[in-house]
Amino acid sequence: MSMEEKQNSQTSLDFNQNIFKPTLREEIVEIVKTCYRKNIPLEINGLKSKNKIGRNFQSEKTLDLSDYKGIIDYKPEELYIKVKAGTPLKEIVGELDKNNQQLAFEPNDFGYLFSGQSNSGSIGGVVSCNFAGSRRFKVGSVRDHILGFQGINGKGETIKSGGTVVKNVTGYDLSKLVSGSFGTLTILTELSIKVLPKPETSKTLIIKNPHLKKALDFLGKALSSSTDPSGGVFYPDYFGKDFVLNDLTHDGGLTAIRIEGPTNSVDQRASRLSKELGLLDQELSILDSEQSNIFWSRTKNLEVFKSLKTNLLRIVLPMSETLQVIQKLKNFEIKYFIDWGGGLIWASFDQLNTKILSEIKDIVKKHQGYMTLIKVEEDLKASADIFTIDPIKYKISEKIKRSFDPKRIFNPGKMYTGI
Amino acid sequence: MSSLQMPKVDNAIMSKKDKIASDLRGIINSKNVLSNPDELRPFETDGLTAYRQMPLLVVMPETVEEVSQILKYCNENKVKVVPRGAGTGLSGGSMPLEDCVLMAMGKFNKIIEIDYENRCVVTQPCVTNLAITHAVQDKGFYYAPDPSSQIACSIGGNVAENSGGVHSLKYGATTNNLLGIQVVLMDGTVTKFGGKAMDAEGYDFLGLMTGSEGLLGVITEVTVKILKSPEVVKAALVGFPSIEDAGNCVAEIIAEGCIPAGMEIMDKALTKATNDYSKAGYPTDAEAMMIVEFDGTEHEVEAYIQKTKEIAEKNNSSSLKISKSNEERLKFWAGRKAAFPACGVLAPDYMCMDGSIPRGKLAEVLNEISRLSKKYNLPVANAFHAGDGNLHPLIMFDANDKESLRKCEEFGADILKYCVKVGGALTGEHGVGIEKRELMCEAFNDKDIQQQLTIKVALDPNSLLNPGKVYPILRKCAEEGRVHVHGGKTKFPDIPRF
Repeated sequence: MSMEEKQNSQTSLDFNQNIFKPTLREEIVEIVKTCYRKNIPLEINGLKSKNKIGRNFQSEKTLDLSDYKGIIDYKPEELYIKVKAGTPLKEIVGELDKNNQQLAFEPNDFGYLFSGQSNSGSIGGVVSCNFAGSRRFKVGSVRDHILGFQGINGKGETIKSGGTVVKNVTGYDLSKLVSGSFGTLTILTELSIKVLPKPETSKTLIIKNPHLKKALDFLGKALSSSTDPSGGVFYPDYFGKDFVLNDLTHDGGLTAIRIEGPTNSVDQRASRLSKELGLLDQELSILDSEQSNIFWSRTKNLEVFKSLKTNLLRIVLPMSETLQVIQKLKNFEIKYFIDWGGGLIWASFDQLNTKILSEIKDIVKKHQGYMTLIKVEEDLKASADIFTIDPIKYKISEKIKRSFDPKRIFNPGKMYTGI
Repeated sequence: MSSLQMPKVDNAIMSKKDKIASDLRGIINSKNVLSNPDELRPFETDGLTAYRQMPLLVVMPETVEEVSQILKYCNENKVKVVPRGAGTGLSGGSMPLEDCVLMAMGKFNKIIEIDYENRCVVTQPCVTNLAITHAVQDKGFYYAPDPSSQIACSIGGNVAENSGGVHSLKYGATTNNLLGIQVVLMDGTVTKFGGKAMDAEGYDFLGLMTGSEGLLGVITEVTVKILKSPEVVKAALVGFPSIEDAGNCVAEIIAEGCIPAGMEIMDKALTKATNDYSKAGYPTDAEAMMIVEFDGTEHEVEAYIQKTKEIAEKNNSSSLKISKSNEERLKFWAGRKAAFPACGVLAPDYMCMDGSIPRGKLAEVLNEISRLSKKYNLPVANAFHAGDGNLHPLIMFDANDKESLRKCEEFGADILKYCVKVGGALTGEHGVGIEKRELMCEAFNDKDIQQQLTIKVALDPNSLLNPGKVYPILRKCAEEGRVHVHGGKTKFPDIPRF
C-alpha cells in the first residue's frame, strides 16, 4: 500500500458513489487525490443557486459541498468572518445581522431567476462567481472583500493565501484570482471575509422618468457628486409597475439613487442631491429606510426577471457606453434594467440564437465591455461562448489553470473549452 | 549589514555585457541604454538603501513596443530583468541583480486620459501617485490611496506593491481602486487586464498582478478610479493613559459602526520624539496618542466626531482636541508624518518594520515589543495604522556596531514572527521584496509557496523577471525584515514615509 493509499484508508470514503458530500476537509483531499490519480473530472457544487451559469461539461463525479459548512470564527470588532465554503449565505447574513454588520457587496440572489424563489447560495459559490450587487461602484466587488482563503488544488494539496487582516501584501493575492474562477482553480474550503457595519439608515430617491438618456444623466451626476450614493439603477416603463411601495407615487419608468449613512447626514445628502439634480417635487418620491431596503433587495434578487424562462444576459460596460449600446440592442426585442449607476445592464431577449448573440457580443466588445450568458436555452448554451475572452487571455488562463489544476479535473470546460 | 544571497550570477551573461548592450541599442534609442558605472550608480538601490547592487545595464524604454521587444530579447537570451518605477519602495523590490538589465520606466511619465464621465484616469506607470490627484483636483476629484511617499512614488510601483496609505481602511489599497492595467509579460506579450468597465470577466489577472512585486509582468499603463473629494475633513487628537485604553477605543469606534478615513496611534516614545521634532502640540505625557480623521458631509463628520468623543472619554482619554481648521488638522498630522526624521535624531540608525496585526492585539504586541526591546537592549518607538492593523515599529541601533546591528536584525525578525503568531501578516504595505523573503516560511508552508511559484513559472518559465524577490532563496527563516536608515539619511529624506 502506498503512503497515499494508507492515508486514504484513514477516511471511509466509498469511491463508487457518484456524488460526494463531505463534511471534513480530509475527505475532500482524499476525493481530489483519487480523482487526480485516476484522471476523473469533478463537478463542484454548493447550494446550486448559480450552477446553471457557465458551460455544460462532462463530469464523472460531483462534489457537493453543501454539508461542508459552518462559521469558524467571527470577530465583529476585527471586521471579519471566517467560514467554511459551503456555508449558506443566509446563515452568514443572519449572524452578521446580530451585530448590525453586513457583507457590503450585496451579492445577487439568483434563486428567483432560476427557481422562482430565494436561493442566495453558499458563500463559496458567491465568491466563485464574483457577482456583486448595486453597491459595486462604491464598495467594490465580492473579490475586494475576500481577505484570505484556504483551498485544495487539483493535486489534492491544501493551500492558503491572505489571512484575516485587511492589510496584507505577503505574496501573490490569490484571493482575487480564485474569486470569479467558477470553481475551476481550487476547491474553496475556508474563506475569510471582510465585514462592515450596516449603515444607520438609508433613503432612496425615486425619480419618475421613462428615458434612459435622462436616467444616465441623473446617475452620472449623482455618482460624480459629493453626496456619495451607494446605489443607482434605472428601470424602464415596463418594469415600473413591479415596484409597489407605499411612498412610490408612480408606476412608470424610474431612476433610483440610494443614500446611506448616519441619519442626519442621509437627510442632508438626499435633499442636496435632489437640488443638484434639479428635481421637482412632482417627479420625486423618497423611500424611507424600510421601503428603500425592499426596493434594493428586489433589485439584488433580479425579481423583475422572476418569471423569465430564458435569454438573460449580463452586460458590463464603461458607463459612458451604456446609452449607445442600449440603442443598438433595441434592434432586438429586449427588456432591460440598468444597475451599478450605469455600468451594468441586465437584459432579456425575446429571441436569441448564435447569430444574434454574436452580433450582441460584437456591439458590447466594440464598446469596451463584456457579457455573460446567465440563462439561455440548452442548445444555445452548447454552441455559444458563455463568457467573453480574447486569445491572449485565453492562453494565460490556460497556464494559470494548469498551475492550480494540472490534470483539469475541477469543473473542466465550465468557463472555456479546454480550461 | 548581513550579506544577502541573490540568485546565482550567470557568468555567460556577464561576459556578454557589450554584446547585450549593443543588441539593446539596436532595439531602442541608443542613448537610452546605459552601461558605464557612473550612469548605473543611481540605480543601485531603491528605498531600502541597506542593500546595493549595480545592474549590468540600464534600459529606459519610451514605448510599450520597446518594452515588449526588450523583454522578448531578454527572454530569448536568458537575461534577467528587474523593473523599476520611481525607486522609492521600502522592501528592495527593484534592487538590481549583478547580471540583470534594469528596466527603468521613468520615461512613461504622462497622463494619457482624464475621463470624468467614467470617473477614471488612464496614465502611464511612472506618473507619481500625487500627480493623479493634482490632475483632477480642480474638478473636485482625487485618487484615494495615499502612501506617505505619494509625492515621489509612481503609480506603476503602487500597483506592483499594492500600496496602501493612511486612508486605506475606508478607501482600500491600490487593488481596490484600480480598473485596469496594460502589462507586458516576459515573453513580450502585450495585454490589458480590466479597463474602464468594472470587474473584467474571467480570471482576475488584474488582482493577481497587483502586489506581485514586478515578478509577473511590466506594467505599461494604469487605469485608476477617481473619487469626488469629501466636503469636510476633520481630525481629533486624543491622549490615553495606557496603550490598552487606546486599543479599546479603536475597537469600540469600529464596533460602533464608524469607519474613519484614517486612525493612527503612536506610543509615548514616538509621541515625544515627533513632538520635539515638529512641535505638533501632542500630549507628551500620554502613554499613547491617537489621531482619528473623518471625512464626508458636515453632518456626517460632526456625528462621527461626537461619537468618537464619547467613546474616547469612556476609555479614559486624558486629552482630546478637535481640529477647528484644515491648518490645524494638517498640524495634527505633521508630527506623525515626521516620525522617520524624528527617530533619526534619537539614534544613529533605525529600522522600520511593517507588520500587520488584528486591531485587538495591539496592546499584546506592543507589550511583546517592549519585552523584546529590553531583551535586546535596543530602544524602539511605535507607530500604528490602528484602523487597519498595520504596525510600524522603529528600532534604534548603531550600524557601525556589528553586535548592535545583529541584535536589531534579530529583534525585527522576532517582531514580525510575533505578528504572524497573533494572526497578522509579515507585511502590510511595504511588500516582501528582498528584505522579508526568508520570513515567508513563517506565514506560508511549502505547499502554499509552491503554488505561488507555479504561477510564477507559468508566466515566466525561465524565472527571469525580478528573480530573487519575494520567495525564499535560503529556505530558512533568517533574521531579516526592516527598512534600514543610517544617520537619518534615507534615499529620499524629504519624502514622508509610511
